[in-house]
Amino acid sequence: MKFTEEHEWLREEDGEMVVGITIHAAEQLGDVVFVELPEEGTTVSKDDEVVVIESVKAASDILAPVDGEITEVNSALADNPGMVNDDPQGEAWFFKMKISDESQMADFMDEAGYQKFIG
Amino acid sequence: MDDLAQTPLYDLHVELGAKMVPFAGYSMPVQYPLGVMKEHLHCRAQAGLFDVSHMGQVILSGDSWDAVALAFERLVPMDVLGLEDGRQRYGFFTNDAGGIEDDLMFARRGDDLFVVVNAACKVADVARMRAALEPEITVTEITDRALIALQGPGAVDVVAAMDGRAADMRFMDVRDLDLGGVPVWASRSGYTGEDGFEISVPEAQAEALVRKLLDHEAVEPIGLGARDSLRLEAGLCLYGHDISAGTTPIEGALIWAIQKVRRDGGDRAGGFPGSAVILEQLSGGAGHKRVGLLPEGRAPMREGTPLYDAETEGAPVGQVTSGGFGPSVGGPVAMGYVSQNLSDVGTSLWGEVRGKRLPVTVAKLPFVAPNFKR
Repeated sequence: MKFTEEHEWLREEDGEMVVGITIHAAEQLGDVVFVELPEEGTTVSKDDEVVVIESVKAASDILAPVDGEITEVNSALADNPGMVNDDPQGEAWFFKMKISDESQMADFMDEAGYQKFIG
Repeated sequence: MDDLAQTPLYDLHVELGAKMVPFAGYSMPVQYPLGVMKEHLHCRAQAGLFDVSHMGQVILSGDSWDAVALAFERLVPMDVLGLEDGRQRYGFFTNDAGGIEDDLMFARRGDDLFVVVNAACKVADVARMRAALEPEITVTEITDRALIALQGPGAVDVVAAMDGRAADMRFMDVRDLDLGGVPVWASRSGYTGEDGFEISVPEAQAEALVRKLLDHEAVEPIGLGARDSLRLEAGLCLYGHDISAGTTPIEGALIWAIQKVRRDGGDRAGGFPGSAVILEQLSGGAGHKRVGLLPEGRAPMREGTPLYDAETEGAPVGQVTSGGFGPSVGGPVAMGYVSQNLSDVGTSLWGEVRGKRLPVTVAKLPFVAPNFKR
């Protein structure tokens, strides 16, 4: 699993990247009450706003970690946004994407690096 | 954080693991480890303890109750004179334009008036009262007492176990109680839509009392986050957001708080700041009005969301002044201002969220049935 400075995680699965937010990010957000997902098939560029998360406190954007195409979204989150708090690094993935430029993965941290990053 | 004031319960909040945030010049707990959602639901199910010591506590005294009450009536459009001893009312200071300068609770304690005002307005409120009422009336800001609220259906059992006299207090009664040797001023009121008490306690004994209350299985500490969602579901205004110096009581849908005796035809009609505007609007109405708003989907419509009467085009017909997720409702809730002709319950509107107009319906307030002991 790789981690971004935007507190997202990426996990490779069947040649695609599964993307979600970290346990640390979910704790910071507080209780998540609404998730708006992108449409499957959307082509995105790194740092595009692709997901909106609303917690009891505020709205936050999830950015596309890399260039690519959204191939699948976790529609269960729309009905049960609280999953993001319950299991952010497991069940509550946001979307899967096909990466167009593998080299963008080089910037990301491993678990130990991310733990150090969040201090 | 250096210039933030602390309440007498600051150390306890930190010890309890609260996340502290700046609020109205104070460092206040926004949430505890339980989190906003569970704190909210706990308060509605059992009992929640809130530190509201940042709010202003003021005593007005004079030669007689009549002198105090009639003086205070010069600042508020409420029936103060008719308040019985041991009773409390909701009210607000108005300005010359009929706008609301602050909202407040006032209680009669013998011949004195005990006023509780918002933290962010308290300096201005005390100055306003001193300027308008002294020297006839003595205005004393109480700075050596904490203020806590215990709210929820379980609150009465907790308080009554310490002083049985709490049990037969009705909504908006005020009474001196002895809570385990601590003399307090209690009112059966609050700002959550639940039954409960607000308790003014000498600051030196505040922490010990709160620890004793928290010892009860039913009681959890509740932060400002859940306080906001609780009061929003209860349809109660947050000053500076849902009402302000630029909104009149008629616009703010607070007509119910202006007793008949201060309206046209009443014995003491008018005589408060902005009375001409307010009395005129009482008969003629205002151009826009505060309403409840129930978004149809799951997306919260937060403060500032513009409202439209059509799905496309057209100018805004109002905007959201408070909005978020209502944990007890299980979905988003909001309130805001709309044109008078669009303010009927059931009116279909659209709120623009992230560039998209989403359906929202004008709804009856409160969103949850109040649980007061009438």
